[in-house]
Amino acid sequence: MRGDGNTLDQYGSYGRQRRTGGERLWRSFEELEQAPEFRLLAENEFAPGALEREGGPSRRRVLELLGASLALAGAAGCTRQPPEKIVPYVAAPEEVTPGKPLYYATAFLLGKVASGILVESHLGRPTKIEGNPDHPASLGATSPLAQAFVLGLYDPDRSKVVIRHGRISSWVNFLAAAAAERERLLARRGAGFRVLTEPVTSPSLAAALRALLAELPEARWHQYQPLTGDHARQGSRLAFGEPLHVLYRLEQADVIVSLDADLFGAGPAAVRYARDFASRRRPDHPAGMNRLYVVEPAPSVTGAMADHRLALSNRQVELAARALAAGLGLPVSPQADAPAKEWIAAVAADLDRSRGRSLVVAGEHQPPAVHALALAINHQLGNLGRTVFCTPPLEAEPVDQMASLKELVADLAAGRVQTLLILGGNPVYQAPADLGFGEALQRAELRIHLSLYEDETSQLCHWHLPEAHPLEAWSDARAFDGTVTLLQPLIEPLYAGRSALEVVSIFAGRPSQTGEEILREYWRGAAGAADFERWWRSALHDGLVRGSEFPPKPVSLRPDLFARLPEPPAAAPLELSIRPDPAVWDGRFANLAWLQELPKPITKLTWDNAVLLSPATARRLELAGGDLVELSAGGRSVRAPVWILPGHADECVTVHLGYGRTRAGKVATGIGFDAYRLQSSDRPWCTSVQLRRTGERYQLASTQHHHAMEGRRLVREATLAEFRRDPGFAHHGEHPPPADLSLYPPVAYEGYSWGMTIDLNTCLGCGACVIACQAENNIPVVGKDQVARGRAMHWIRIDRYFEGDPSRPAIYHQPVPCMHCDHAPCEVVCPTAATVHSAEGLNQMVYNRCVGTRYCANNCPYKVRRFNFYLYADWSVETLKMLRNPDVTVRSRGVMEKCTYCVQRINRARIAAEREERPIRDGEVVTACQAACPVQAITFGNLNDPAARVAELKKDPRNYGILEELNTRPRTTYLARLRNPNPALERL
Amino acid sequence: MEPERPQDPVATDEEAPVIAPGHTYQTVTDQISAIVLTRKTPREWLLGFTLSFALVMLLLYSIGYLLVAGTGIWGINHPVGWGFAIINFVWWIGIGHAGTLISAILLLLRQEWRTSINRFAEAMTLFAVACAALFPLLHMGRPWLFYWLLPYPNTMGTWPQPRSPLVWDVFAVTTYATVSAMFWFVGMIPDLATLRDRSRRRAAQIIYGILAMGWRGSAKHWHRYETAYLLLAGLATPLVVSVHTVVSFDFSIGIIPGWHATIFPPYFVAGAIYAGFAMVLTLAIPLRALYGLEDFITARHIDNMAKILLATGLIVVYGYLMEAFMAWYSGNEYEWFMIRNRISGPYKACYWALLACNGLAPQLLWFSRVRRNTRLLWLIAIVVGVGMWLERFIIVVTSLHRDFMPSAWGMYYPTAYDWTTYIGTIGLFLALLFLFIRFLPMISIFEMRTIVPPAERRARG
Amino acid sequence: MKAPNRLWGLMAEYDNPADVLAAARSAYAAGYRQLDAYSPMPIHGLAEAIGFRRTRLPLLVLTGGLVGCFAAFFMLWYVETHVYPLNVGGRPLNSWPSFIPITFEVTILFAAITAVLGMLALNGLPTPYHPVFNVRRFALASRHRFFLSIEASDPLFDLEATRRFLEATHAREVSEVER
Repeated sequence: MRGDGNTLDQYGSYGRQRRTGGERLWRSFEELEQAPEFRLLAENEFAPGALEREGGPSRRRVLELLGASLALAGAAGCTRQPPEKIVPYVAAPEEVTPGKPLYYATAFLLGKVASGILVESHLGRPTKIEGNPDHPASLGATSPLAQAFVLGLYDPDRSKVVIRHGRISSWVNFLAAAAAERERLLARRGAGFRVLTEPVTSPSLAAALRALLAELPEARWHQYQPLTGDHARQGSRLAFGEPLHVLYRLEQADVIVSLDADLFGAGPAAVRYARDFASRRRPDHPAGMNRLYVVEPAPSVTGAMADHRLALSNRQVELAARALAAGLGLPVSPQADAPAKEWIAAVAADLDRSRGRSLVVAGEHQPPAVHALALAINHQLGNLGRTVFCTPPLEAEPVDQMASLKELVADLAAGRVQTLLILGGNPVYQAPADLGFGEALQRAELRIHLSLYEDETSQLCHWHLPEAHPLEAWSDARAFDGTVTLLQPLIEPLYAGRSALEVVSIFAGRPSQTGEEILREYWRGAAGAADFERWWRSALHDGLVRGSEFPPKPVSLRPDLFARLPEPPAAAPLELSIRPDPAVWDGRFANLAWLQELPKPITKLTWDNAVLLSPATARRLELAGGDLVELSAGGRSVRAPVWILPGHADECVTVHLGYGRTRAGKVATGIGFDAYRLQSSDRPWCTSVQLRRTGERYQLASTQHHHAMEGRRLVREATLAEFRRDPGFAHHGEHPPPADLSLYPPVAYEGYSWGMTIDLNTCLGCGACVIACQAENNIPVVGKDQVARGRAMHWIRIDRYFEGDPSRPAIYHQPVPCMHCDHAPCEVVCPTAATVHSAEGLNQMVYNRCVGTRYCANNCPYKVRRFNFYLYADWSVETLKMLRNPDVTVRSRGVMEKCTYCVQRINRARIAAEREERPIRDGEVVTACQAACPVQAITFGNLNDPAARVAELKKDPRNYGILEELNTRPRTTYLARLRNPNPALERL
Repeated sequence: MEPERPQDPVATDEEAPVIAPGHTYQTVTDQISAIVLTRKTPREWLLGFTLSFALVMLLLYSIGYLLVAGTGIWGINHPVGWGFAIINFVWWIGIGHAGTLISAILLLLRQEWRTSINRFAEAMTLFAVACAALFPLLHMGRPWLFYWLLPYPNTMGTWPQPRSPLVWDVFAVTTYATVSAMFWFVGMIPDLATLRDRSRRRAAQIIYGILAMGWRGSAKHWHRYETAYLLLAGLATPLVVSVHTVVSFDFSIGIIPGWHATIFPPYFVAGAIYAGFAMVLTLAIPLRALYGLEDFITARHIDNMAKILLATGLIVVYGYLMEAFMAWYSGNEYEWFMIRNRISGPYKACYWALLACNGLAPQLLWFSRVRRNTRLLWLIAIVVGVGMWLERFIIVVTSLHRDFMPSAWGMYYPTAYDWTTYIGTIGLFLALLFLFIRFLPMISIFEMRTIVPPAERRARG
Repeated sequence: MKAPNRLWGLMAEYDNPADVLAAARSAYAAGYRQLDAYSPMPIHGLAEAIGFRRTRLPLLVLTGGLVGCFAAFFMLWYVETHVYPLNVGGRPLNSWPSFIPITFEVTILFAAITAVLGMLALNGLPTPYHPVFNVRRFALASRHRFFLSIEASDPLFDLEATRRFLEATHAREVSEVER
């Protein structure tokens, strides 16, 4: 039985391995079952490639295996460098030395679009994701999702074995079956053969699929993923007559208008856009500080950054877009019930003032009309080619994905599909409910599903094939700007998974071909380089193919655009907007506990999705936070808890995708509700909905319970004008105690004296730092119940405050790590000297010495200390042990912990510096949070070095410390936030 | 158990004697030693002991599970890192103080009415301290490492950090426990000799004999004995004050609004004596009724204790007022918010209950008729005990749950294990007390002899 | 009549403090020195009556206290400044005000222990065996009777004379105490 199979492969075999001892991690059930193939492999104890193909082991291989065997000693059975030659980012494998990590360039994929990363690898174990400074989508930073990428690799719930009809099978069996199937298909010229993939940006995979289709002309290829991007493509078709991909240059724009576009929070370009935006937030920027207008239903990361934010329902956003276009002299008839006319007028005027230096962005979830209008406005303002660029689509075969899926469903229903090969994705869960994909699917005679998890779709397929994680496999993908990025494996597949590329080649009749061979073969042709090896090496080394980004495409606005512009939908009594979840996205990251426990940027909710609605609407519907309601749309309904969110548009509710999984793994199964059930294929992102109170309550776990600042000046803000007038505004009304206000003489910190500044002016509150810190410092996940009890363990807490009118509040973010106070209140009260000051000013935790009185946490005014009330760290799951950062202690029960300023990184830099007999350079120590931050809000360094960036920032008039009146003398300080409001609107 | 006679025979006259008339050396001796030696154990004793022993088992279970699972079984969290454990610790320690006060300070003040209650009060101190000492150990994340708080040379690189009030606690509490134990035992030596000489059963003779250490009442011994006893009293007096001062430092050294207050030491010591006398009354009233000790614990004792209750109660209330006043007067926004949060925040019910128990209830004691009515007095004593517990709850919880960073504010809800552990220690306390009154003289016999009225001194045995 | 060497001394029993006090005084006046009086509770003047002036106990206790005081402070100072020189909350190694509470507690502890142990030691307690207990009625010394003993080792001791002397002091009964 399926269920049993699954549970068996999670627990049973651990027990079995323990009994047999030795290598605990089994790579697949073939091992356990001693399948013939495995015995064959077992002859040379390290699977193919343990030794170089061409004869005897080279020095490099020996070193690699040495490293590997060291790792093996750590009970991390199958860890080792993959057999193929992969190219380290900073150093060659000759330098594999225990304790010295190597960095390899590869890419994180979001919706199959790449953003470059560097993976820190300890003795062949990838442990940490960093951004790739050379990569256009990263520039060295990452999103929180990318940070959790490495956890996905080691997720113990990943599918580990080929499954046939719910029973454990093997690749050997599948290869045989596939070969037979291929014969049948060739005979039929592929009739009745369908391939369903997520949109493919990978040139090599696209080529492989095209080749396969050429062989089987009757076969068809469908593409679908929940975030289709259809509306954007349709919009540009409306505007320019062809589906184009739109790029923005935010650093060039003085005025930015977002029509419900979460530029910085969501999507594969968010990190880059955030960086570009932030570069113009600095008041001293020569081109001046930019101004951001946002209209959106639910407050987003982008909305929180806005100088002017207007909460509008989806329909109103469309009306606003029309009004804006009309205001800029485009032939659009503004609806009578257009909202906030003066506001729009002021924005239009502001845009008009900055032609060519402005840009208008339409949100992916807005209807095509809004996209078309945005493009038209940009065209009108002369922004095209300046701040807005159109390029060919990233997908190799751009299609209307929803249409493509509908077509497949129709054919399935009509019985025109015999064989369905699903490469990745989870359509049974992710397809809009009205399509009934699940039922239709079962009409196909042979269903094969390749995926990372044995999920809802696998359950309905004859064959489930374990997919190789992108960190285990060779492939390539395009970034948001078209740049080609090569993905190289960091580790041999843990569970004998194969990549989509390899599975396609099985159907192409080349089952033995490895991903690397296919990829090299493709690029040997495509690269057109004189010296391919050199090209290959540098492409891998850099993590991208230089000059491969798409050139901008000249476009011309279609004259009949405004005639063909569809009318806005009729007003709905209660409007439902469906969005991807900021943490688990469309559900593909649902089983990653780090992301589940990441407090969502605006709501601070963990482990759940909720029905977000405005205080006014909640009052009208007599709802309180935590009330369980029944939402029904299109004749289907879900029960969901309510979360009241200031700044949400009235008469409109927002739900997030990615929850309510029925078969996702131990972490995600059964938490939250499934918003796909409310989705309709015609209007996927916004429909009308009925809401009914059930009278029941539901426990939601939020990490923040109080949302007002109580007049305490924790986040300090001024408008740009005020700042110009009075740069020292941040220090007014503050009573810092005089430096000599102490019974004791001050302690002198010679040599290094570490300190940090956090720029609240650019901080997005996205949470990348939180997950980066969690990954770097082996911070445990505690689970919903413990979070609800107020026991979350994150070392860096992003406080979020609302201020002002709850219908249009100002939203502030404030990351709060340990302040490393010079007069640390925590140290004085520790009875065992388990927390003391280092000679370099660090407030250190000595875990060994801590007996857990929690006195320090009580006495910490910033409440940044975290206590292990239970044994939170996972000491049993083997793969998670491989994930751990070997430079950081795994804390045990009853011990206090907190931010260390990444002391392990300081010491790594110190060792390097001392070997070269030089002081540590400024910028050489980069804390995990600092490295991940997309907007470089965090600066860390040596306060004793006057030239250090951090020392300069401490001199900035905006620099202030919180609760300084307590004379704690914090080393972490903040740069006050600035707004750049439109005077016209300020008066409003 | 409850007193059968609200009106004592001698209670009518203002200055009641400290011992009923008609008693001689032997009647005193026989009547008190009989409780231990000859009188058969009352049914109430068996009942009470069984009950409290059951609670001890509950305590053991709670502790066992705590050690297995971790402090997470309690309601503590971020930001409220201290909950019931510390509340109960302070509460028990406070209760202990009355015993030392009665036996030491009243001795120095030559209050001869103390003689009939001091032994019993000292025992109470000892057992209260035993219960108190449990909590600092259990509340640690890794209780098995408690000895890292003791200064002893080791190779682990651990040494107590003497700037921490918790280390001061370790010294204060251990010293207090040791001194109280010695004081109690030394005070008992002559009575142990009496039991040795009067017991008929061999086993008892041997055990009491060993404990009496061959005491023979020699004049020289009495001389040194009294000197030592007086010295101990002299040492215990500053000690008892210092102990609760140090306990109050646990809070006032911290910077949390609601903790960081200079008024804490005096106000804690007063509170301790307050709670302690409440407990003495709570126990003494039923006991004297049960064992018919009205002759020795007379209306005079009850009345005096009630008066002390009233006096210390007023000091405590003054403490509350000053706390609020200083919060307002200091102009410190955090302090002022703290008080407002106590008055009208999520825990306001506890705060008002506290004021009612500790502020209003004792005001009844202004009336001598209330002080004489043992039933009513007993109830008031119980109420005060509850009030003092609430006081510690307010100090620990409401100060922590909303301090400086609104983003980190939270709530504290005790779990079942918080309660079982607390109730368990009450059981432990009572169980020890029951054993004490069964096997040791609960009233100091030799001291009673010294106050036998002169008229009776020539009486022939 | 037993052999004198088996004899420890003579013991007289009285039934109230006044008598034993008077007897003790007269015995001392008569020149007896190996005297001791026994009572169920302390009787003022009795010790003086048998020629016991003052005890060294208070001095001992003072010394104990001082030793504890200095030992404690030295320990704290030495460990904090030399053994574990740690920067705790930016305070100097010798942040002596923080050391006061412990110093105080240890002072009390040492003094109290000296008081108890000193008392027992000076009293020669515990005394597992003592001849006076051979007198059956001596059990009453812990109830309501008072005793005066004159040891045979006293130079003036003469069985008959001393017995007569004691009987003359309102003694209810005089008995020989065996070794």
